[in-house]
Amino acid sequence: MKTGTRAVSQGAAVVVFVAALAVFPLVFTNATVTTFGIDALIFVTVVSAWNFFSGYSGYLSLGHAVFYGTGGYFLVIAARDWNFAGSGVFWLLPLAGLVAAIIAVPVGLVALRVRRHTFVVMTIAFFFIAQLAATNLGVTGGSSGLLPPIPNWAPGTFNNPFYYAALVMGVLAVAASWLIRRSRFGLQLRAIRDDEDRAAGLGVRTMPVKLTALVLSAFFTGMAGGLWVYFIGDAVPQFVFDPLFDLAVVLMAFFGGLGTIAGPVLGALILEPAQQWFALEEANSYGSEILFGLLFLVIILFLPRGVLPTGEEYLTAGRAWLTRRRSGTQSVPAPANVSTQAEGSSR
Amino acid sequence: MTATLRVEGISKAFGGVHALTECTLTARSGEITGLIGPNGSGKTTLFNIATGYERPDSGRVFLGDREITGASPQRVFGYGVGRTFQLTRIFPRLTVLENMLVPAQHGAGKNGAAGNGGRGRAHRHLRERALELLAFTGIAGHAEALAGTLSYGQRKLLELSYVLIAEPQVVLLDEPAGGVNPSLVNHLAERISELNKQGRTFLVVEHNMEFVMSLCHQVTVLDYGTVIATGSPAQVRDDQRVLDAYLGSGTGDG
Amino acid sequence: MASEIGLALATGILGGGVYALMAAGLTLVFGVLDIINVAQGILVVLGAYLSYVLSVHLHIDLLVGLLITVPAMFVIGVVIYWLFIRPLRGAERTSMTLLACFAVALIIEGILYREFGSNYVSLNAWYTTASLHVIDFYLPDIYLIGFGLAIATVIALYLILYQTKFGRAVRATMQNQTAARLVGIDTNRVAALTFGIGTGVTAVGGMVYGAISGGFTPNSGYDLISRLLAIVILAGMGSIGGAMAAAVFMTTVEAFVDIWQPDWSVVVFYLAMVIVLTVRPQGLFGRSAARAQ
Repeated sequence: MKTGTRAVSQGAAVVVFVAALAVFPLVFTNATVTTFGIDALIFVTVVSAWNFFSGYSGYLSLGHAVFYGTGGYFLVIAARDWNFAGSGVFWLLPLAGLVAAIIAVPVGLVALRVRRHTFVVMTIAFFFIAQLAATNLGVTGGSSGLLPPIPNWAPGTFNNPFYYAALVMGVLAVAASWLIRRSRFGLQLRAIRDDEDRAAGLGVRTMPVKLTALVLSAFFTGMAGGLWVYFIGDAVPQFVFDPLFDLAVVLMAFFGGLGTIAGPVLGALILEPAQQWFALEEANSYGSEILFGLLFLVIILFLPRGVLPTGEEYLTAGRAWLTRRRSGTQSVPAPANVSTQAEGSSR
Repeated sequence: MTATLRVEGISKAFGGVHALTECTLTARSGEITGLIGPNGSGKTTLFNIATGYERPDSGRVFLGDREITGASPQRVFGYGVGRTFQLTRIFPRLTVLENMLVPAQHGAGKNGAAGNGGRGRAHRHLRERALELLAFTGIAGHAEALAGTLSYGQRKLLELSYVLIAEPQVVLLDEPAGGVNPSLVNHLAERISELNKQGRTFLVVEHNMEFVMSLCHQVTVLDYGTVIATGSPAQVRDDQRVLDAYLGSGTGDG
Repeated sequence: MASEIGLALATGILGGGVYALMAAGLTLVFGVLDIINVAQGILVVLGAYLSYVLSVHLHIDLLVGLLITVPAMFVIGVVIYWLFIRPLRGAERTSMTLLACFAVALIIEGILYREFGSNYVSLNAWYTTASLHVIDFYLPDIYLIGFGLAIATVIALYLILYQTKFGRAVRATMQNQTAARLVGIDTNRVAALTFGIGTGVTAVGGMVYGAISGGFTPNSGYDLISRLLAIVILAGMGSIGGAMAAAVFMTTVEAFVDIWQPDWSVVVFYLAMVIVLTVRPQGLFGRSAARAQ
């Protein structure tokens, strides 16, 4: 009964939140503001997708830029060769995601054979291979890159189609994250995070589970990359395959709460605009780099489990305290105020 | 559903040290078989080989008529051999109930739960089974707690519970009573005995002699990697070689 | 052609020595602390800039300058460890420390950009321009000096690890941290000093790198760290000897590919790593992970 009403109120909150995001560009028509919005929603997509692979399984990927960039380049090339223009280009996005997902299969088959830290390094290596390939291959236009078509939309509402495409993508990615979290598949991913060998010993087919999660994650990341390249109107290797991108994604997930559903959304919606704003304020980008690094350190050192889980803990503790006060001497089961970090699981 | 687990002539060496030499052991269908021996006599190694976590240098493992030598732990579990670990291995950041849902379900697929409704029903059924089992082992009250918050003894119960949910034919328990308080040990013994009455086969490694002698139908004794005695608890207790092995090694944990 | 191959072989092996030196610090820190210091690349660059400042502004010879830069980098390493790495605990420690190191790298990179801008600078001394005539090709002196320094530093590392009381403590910590603590080793101190040593060697690595690379910017850290990681992973984490062998192997292969396909020579680095790991997930010289526990 109680969980039922809670689900309803949570559902209502989500609807209100999405509705607010939908009217946002109608209220704030300034192009700078809607640009912030588009960037933030693109990151909502990527961070959610990253999180339902890395956050759930514990396999931290620092190579999602590979999928992001693949989607981006594919979109430009496909739009050029198949003569897509204007809002028609948006229909190429699922295809861009599909191409990124296909790339993720061999990447996963190799990288997911190694555990934890070696996996992280493997993803970094794949990232550099992709960047070098984009710089040296003819199909990607080498170091000068490629230009996507520029839509001839009215300047006043130019950003809006991008914004709504990003919103749809973001909602889909979060929905996917939610569905996975609730499913048996998601449970198996989290079991792999806690103790992969034990999960395998209980009959969980770990490799297919991990690979499926990575491929799904790459799909959304590739779509986001496609949209981003179309939006900024430029595809050059050092921006499409940017190491800072990977770090930003991880930072946002950590900030909001690794392995949660709302955490990545919160992280992306707060940190991406903050980063953009700071980049605008600072004449050189180095200042923002330093600040970014400092912020990351602060989060890792003081909020290692993210804003949401930490906040939730305080809330539970507070509620329990209130209940205790109201019910006088009656004892109430202590809140499960346990550090998830403290538990030793095999690395 | 139950079957006999048999290991035949198993030998295993680690870097020249013979951990096991020509070990033969049978956990008979429907019985509780005890495996005892001083520390370092090779009990856990034998468990690891029987469940696919290690490969034997020679010898074979059978479940009923099927040979399962060298199969992966995943496979062995699929054939119907579940096990617990001496140091329990639960999933600390999943809730107790979620832990119960991790093991693969052999039955679910076969029942042809193809449609969505079928799958939903199977899932609900699984949850019910999980809660039943948790109630049976006595930790249902913690179903929504993170498994990492459980006490040591409760973790042992959880590990036993989630192994049972997959309906294994044979259950291997590695020191179920080790480090657990006496009242919980009794509780555990009762539960195992009750499961056995329902027909489940057990193979138990344990140092607690009282536990072994009261619970087991058959006992096999290992010393320095070889089987030195097999028989009923009473027979084994009076066996001179067993006494020598225990007194000779000077351990007080018998 | 023959001279090209000779030069490729020579620069491959000698350059490999320099990478081996930088990788040794990385793998030492991994072996003892379970930390993948992804800041190692930018620390090398920082070491190079320190040498640059000493030689350009204070006119101190590059080799003499090492007497200042090595202790300085050592102290920087200890401070980084103490402030940002030591507080991290728990199940996800390895991943968290990796991210913390990444953050430190970003901060250092930003500071370097701020101080030195994005123009290429290089380190110069009389021996960076002179060359040695070897049969039919010229080998820059700095390669030989760099290789000599690398060998000397790695030998010094070995002596510290195997001949001193501190080294015993380090090796004990490497094998079993809990046991080391039980026998009275201050593992925190060992960890901080090890991190300091791993960083200290980047001063030497940075000086040689700055002299042979022909120019570097704050951005060079990415290229360096990705190569170093590939070397260390290829070798198997924690194996210093393996890292040396892998470094020489990789740079030699790269130097050869460079003759015909200069654009793709770097990719060979990573492809070699990926291929090896597909066959041997624990790396060429790595300990294989136990399956049961």
